Amino acid sequence: MSALDAHLVVRRDGFTLDAELRAAAGEVVALLGPNGAGKTTALRALAGLVALDDGHIELGGERIDGIAPEHRHIGVVFQDYLLFPHLSALENVAFGPRCRGVPRSRARAQAAELLARVGLAGQAGRKPRQLSGGQAQRVALVRALATGPRLLLLDEPLAALDARTRLDTRAHLRGHLAGHAGPTVLVTHDPLDAMMLADRLVILEHGRVVQTGDAATITSRPRTDYVARLVGLNLYRGRADGDLVRVAGDFTLTTAGPQHGDVFVAFPPAAVALYAARPEGSPRNTWPATVAAVLRHGDALRIELTGPITVAADVTPAAAVQLGLEPGRPVWASLKATEATSYPA
Amino acid sequence: MTARRWAAVAAAALLATAGCAGGENDAAGGGASPGSGGARGSGPVTVLAAASLTESFTAIGTRFEQLNPALDVTFSFGGSSGLAQQIVSGAPADVFAAASPATMRTVTDAGDAVGAPVTFARNQLVIAVAKGNPRGLTSLSALAGPGVKVALCAEPVPCGAAASKALDAAGVRLTPVTLEQDVRAALAKVKLGEVDAALVYRTDAGAAAADVDGVEFPESAGAVNDYPIVALRDAPNPAGAAAFVAFVRTPEAQQILADAGFRQP
Amino acid sequence: MLAALRLSLLTATLATAACLLLGVPLAWMLARVPFRGRRLVRALVTVPLVLPPVVGGVALLLVFGRRGLVGGWLDATFGFSLPFTTAGVVVAEAFVAMPFLVISVEGALRGADARYEEAAATLGASRWTAFRRVTLPLIGPGVAAGAVLCWARALGEFGATITFAGNFPGRTQTMPLAVYLALEQDLDAAIVLSLLLLVVSVAILAGLRDRWLGAT
Repeated sequence: MSALDAHLVVRRDGFTLDAELRAAAGEVVALLGPNGAGKTTALRALAGLVALDDGHIELGGERIDGIAPEHRHIGVVFQDYLLFPHLSALENVAFGPRCRGVPRSRARAQAAELLARVGLAGQAGRKPRQLSGGQAQRVALVRALATGPRLLLLDEPLAALDARTRLDTRAHLRGHLAGHAGPTVLVTHDPLDAMMLADRLVILEHGRVVQTGDAATITSRPRTDYVARLVGLNLYRGRADGDLVRVAGDFTLTTAGPQHGDVFVAFPPAAVALYAARPEGSPRNTWPATVAAVLRHGDALRIELTGPITVAADVTPAAAVQLGLEPGRPVWASLKATEATSYPA
Repeated sequence: MTARRWAAVAAAALLATAGCAGGENDAAGGGASPGSGGARGSGPVTVLAAASLTESFTAIGTRFEQLNPALDVTFSFGGSSGLAQQIVSGAPADVFAAASPATMRTVTDAGDAVGAPVTFARNQLVIAVAKGNPRGLTSLSALAGPGVKVALCAEPVPCGAAASKALDAAGVRLTPVTLEQDVRAALAKVKLGEVDAALVYRTDAGAAAADVDGVEFPESAGAVNDYPIVALRDAPNPAGAAAFVAFVRTPEAQQILADAGFRQP
Repeated sequence: MLAALRLSLLTATLATAACLLLGVPLAWMLARVPFRGRRLVRALVTVPLVLPPVVGGVALLLVFGRRGLVGGWLDATFGFSLPFTTAGVVVAEAFVAMPFLVISVEGALRGADARYEEAAATLGASRWTAFRRVTLPLIGPGVAAGAVLCWARALGEFGATITFAGNFPGRTQTMPLAVYLALEQDLDAAIVLSLLLLVVSVAILAGLRDRWLGAT
């Protein structure tokens, strides 16, 4: 099966998408990024719905960027599925094979079988508006796969679903994606979807790829504020000299591993401890800070602190009460050096 | 296409609609009593006249206004039968000049006329053909030839009645391609080149002499049209109406009609 | 008189068919394909709405008449000329009624989600297949409404017809022309004819609406 190798350049007024994207056969790549990062544009460019201004798209070594969308053999699951409202679920699924010249009766038989495989045998005759969100999602997926596409594209496949259906559908989707032999590109703004469904993540910001890697690498070593926020880490950029990293002015943090030169330092909010007075024994990484905001974060409270660096700390509600944490309150923050990882920028 | 031809087309188009637009004249200024403005009255005089009278009556109207500065003549030209229908339906008009006694009868039978109509002109049919008569159509029987497209007036219109009378007299049977709603519309089809010939009044062919030739034919003598004129009972301006009817019969007006190709009654 | 009614129904139906054939693709182009001069084309399509029909008839004569731009060639090449034929009536009616269809269909197309066409394309549908199997069913009600309006306008057409196609019983004399001429002769007959046309039109329009538009 074919691998995807693409360099997508699309220019719009005030916005340029310039992203390289690779996916091996059978690999699921998630394009993750904030709204307006160009994820959907990238997907549409791959599908041929938006023309490239530059770059290329190769699928299995063949250039396809000059080919009309109907000849690319790419399956697309659109964000709101775009099931044809006047056709039944079965006819929707049979549509692609029919367009590719499969005789009517065979296309319908095939579609019925595919629908049965995703547990929708009983819904085959229904119109899209009679389907639940989860059912519609499965019909859309089956419709995209029915033509045996060389590349599968999914645009926010779970965004239209409510939280409970989402959990269910995500598990199903993972199974179906595993069954697709070609590469899959998935667009999402939800890091959880990305990490659960994809083998590899490509982070897109302002039209550019800022980081790629598997979920473990991305979550432990974010390279932009956006990714750090997504995975819930404090992230700083600085200059390392051994264990010491100068991150802001002459404020230095002591980190776990020796590095040299430009680095990132990341640590989770839970690794930050707060005290009313300067802690005894003067551990390294202790600094005075001021509470800027107190937010709920799961069972804990997330405290936004200002000071030499802006930092988020997670504390228990009990500790917060004991320390009397409220905006404007001065505290001491401390961070264990073993919790702070540094890696080259 | 020349500017003149454009103008002709536009005029034809306007005439074609005139039949529907009747009764638009303003009656508000009417009703001046004979005593207030002298014997000939004053104010507007509305004249409904057959389409074939367009040029000659316009000229007569101009002269009439010169002689009677207090009067202001407004014409509405159209198919006689349509105009008669408008009068019967209560259109506020002072004078009616028809292209046939038959259409005039519609008005007199309804009791809408003052006194008996007077014949003030006679007209007869000619074959209108394109300038220079490219198809050499010189007789009624030639019109029945193969491939000759002919426009006639519809039967209810005087020119249509006259045409069928003349064709009967000549023993010619022909199938026209169209039956037009008035003589000017039939003539316009010749001007536009859509038909090869039309049976129209001599005066109409004369008025369009720049674009068409009128071919005289003997049978037309058997289908002469009398043009009657009458003042109307419900005229808003009875004095003006009487004055105009009288003026049409003066030698001066008769000369204008004769110049246009009408015969004296 | 029944001949005039029959001719009216026939020509209005043929004119509607012609408008559908030409107008739907035209509306699709106007709604979906950005091209230079689109505004001009849209203006030209809508111009019969503002033009007095008589002027429209004159314009048709200038183009399709025996001496017209296209008609002259037709006459010289095939010895065929449109004026004074039933086909001429259909042309005049189609010319005047076309805007009703195009505007209605273009509006429906603009209201329809163009992304369905994209979805169809990714499934391998050519533009034509996507239009036929996806877009057309989606805008079905708009097309039907446009066709009904178009038919109604064609049925009532008078000015362009009498100017372009003339008036001859059985061939070009449609109901409105018959009514107009009857008006010159016999008011009562004209009223009867008008009522007849009115009843037939209302019956057909009511029937069509229920069948085409009631279902959706």
